[in-house]
Amino acid sequence: MSSMQRLLGAAAVTAMSAAVASAEPAIIFDLGGKFDKSFNEAAYTGAERWAEETGGSYREIELTSEAQREQALRRMAESGANPVVTAGFAYQSVMDQVSPEYPDTDFVVIDTVVDQPNVRSYIFSEHEGSYLVGMLAAMASESGTVGFVGGMDVPLIRKFACGYVQGVKAVNPDATVIQNMTGTTPAAWNDQTRGAELTRSQASQGADVVFHAAGGTGIGVLQAAADEGILGIGVDSNQNYLHPGSVLTSMVKRVDNAVYDAFVDGTDGDDQFETGLMVLGLEEEGVGYAVDEHNQDLITDEMRASVEQARQQIISGEIEVHDYSTDDNCSTS
Amino acid sequence: MPRWADVALVPLINLVLAFLVSGLVVLYIGENPIEALVIMIRGAVGSAYGWGYTLFYATNFIFTGLAVAVAFHARLFNIGGEGQAAIGGLGVALVCLAVPWPHWLLALPAAIVGGAVFGAAWAAIPAYLQARRGSHIVITTIMFNFIASALLVYLLVDVLKAPGQMSPETARFPEGATLPNAGVLAAIGLPFRPSTPLNLAFLLAILCCWLVWLLIWRTRLGYQIRAFGHSEPAAVYAGISPFRITMLAMLISGALAGLMAINSVMGEAERLVLDSVQGAGFIGIAVALMGRSHPLGVFLAAILFGILYQGGAELEFEMPAVSREMIVVIQALVILFTGALDNMVRLPVERFYLHRRTGHL
Repeated sequence: MSSMQRLLGAAAVTAMSAAVASAEPAIIFDLGGKFDKSFNEAAYTGAERWAEETGGSYREIELTSEAQREQALRRMAESGANPVVTAGFAYQSVMDQVSPEYPDTDFVVIDTVVDQPNVRSYIFSEHEGSYLVGMLAAMASESGTVGFVGGMDVPLIRKFACGYVQGVKAVNPDATVIQNMTGTTPAAWNDQTRGAELTRSQASQGADVVFHAAGGTGIGVLQAAADEGILGIGVDSNQNYLHPGSVLTSMVKRVDNAVYDAFVDGTDGDDQFETGLMVLGLEEEGVGYAVDEHNQDLITDEMRASVEQARQQIISGEIEVHDYSTDDNCSTS
Repeated sequence: MPRWADVALVPLINLVLAFLVSGLVVLYIGENPIEALVIMIRGAVGSAYGWGYTLFYATNFIFTGLAVAVAFHARLFNIGGEGQAAIGGLGVALVCLAVPWPHWLLALPAAIVGGAVFGAAWAAIPAYLQARRGSHIVITTIMFNFIASALLVYLLVDVLKAPGQMSPETARFPEGATLPNAGVLAAIGLPFRPSTPLNLAFLLAILCCWLVWLLIWRTRLGYQIRAFGHSEPAAVYAGISPFRITMLAMLISGALAGLMAINSVMGEAERLVLDSVQGAGFIGIAVALMGRSHPLGVFLAAILFGILYQGGAELEFEMPAVSREMIVVIQALVILFTGALDNMVRLPVERFYLHRRTGHL
């Protein structure tokens, strides 16, 4: 019993010393892992940028299973980390439950909305960004058939797909969009083999541009697209560099900016941490299409001009891109 | 070989070997293996917080371990615990959401029926195919895992999802369907906190251990299951129907796997999420193997795996150099040594005892 008490005591001391230490920000990566070259990696990039610029350090944890979701969040909050950023829509319900128990900690959720006084929610207008890359896909396609590979069939991915289809149809109303989802388990976010298989299958059905929204699976999608001699479109991070000349563009989602801003706001010393909903759309440059030295030859001035025009029209409200998540329905696909 | 060596010594040697190899892995990435071990053990059993998670995970593994064990006595290798538990979760969720339960005492029996019936139903089809058509149970049950996850994705995204949210999960269960958490033990001086997920389902798991022991070793059905498992021709000769035993063993197995949802869905998440089983169905295989398909062995092995799970999470948190892949490596080594490489230790130990008894090799 005495050793038990000693252990308990030791645990209590470490917990207290952690709370006294100046608050470090923390980030929890979702199941894809922080090096998924996509969503989580974008979050990681933002955290690293903050660490580099401020010289500060941050705590991090990568989830390995669904059960750790709540545990990791509590663990971070109890270690005194502040703010605690969670990457991934799956945190909605857990955050809603846990955040009120730690009123002095600031929380951030990305890709979902949690209505609690100490939670900042970042939402990206993926449908708008996907619309623009959909336009590019349709303009680059010679066959009139383009593809979409999603991770799991969840609302967020349908939102990507829905915007993409609208963009494709805006350029070429007769275009065919082949849509596939990778799988039905979370492994679908990290299944490069299956991603490559689906891409080859879409290519054999005539698709010559394939857009993926599948996290780590997308590495296989882009690889297969390059192997097949067709074009891939990256997602979340700028993935143009993965196969220069074979990646048409990337639908960048500046998750890194969201993480960076949250870290900066949460550690700047004043007690003001703005909570509530923050929507990062085209106007805020939260989403967009990436053009760099790796793909500038693929995107003609003409294509660029019409996408830029559409971008302005979406911002001004002239073009309205339907958002799947508003009514769980995508009438165009 | 004496019985204590069979049930205790061999698993212990396996475990030590697994930890030694894991220690080398930790050493290789430049961390202190002793320190890592201390963090793991302290994180898992060094506080009420740790126990709250360790026993929660263990509860899942007891249910899935028992499920595999019961089928194993009939020489049926049910590796569909994952799918059966997922569908059991669906049953529990439907029961919990169907009625605005006034009190958990009413909700629990109904949820038990829901989880068990759904889990058993999911095992019934592979069982029937095995019993009547000879389709191998290993193939069919693992394929049913994928069918289950596909079915759940469809139901959660298109049918059961609470409107207006991104995440594919059901609404939260009503207050009256909340099982008592270990936090209530704080009243009698045990420092459990309501934030840890340990709940009443742990007691249900212990009850199930006892019931399975009763079934296998104290009932006629259990005798028939064991007889069938040892030799099918002999069982048929004794008038035991292979069809009946295959079906019953698999139905009980599926029901036990389905009951896992009482812990994970009703007790912890209080809503049905995608992938609510989290691999416990597969861990159950290792638990049953390590526990030699005996309820007590299953119980102890489940606790060990609970410690590995919770300790692994703590290790990942405390030692940033130990990545999550490393934790999986350590867990896999334990499974490898206790399951697959069991004979590597068993044979020399057997020979040692034989040598001691007879005085020569």
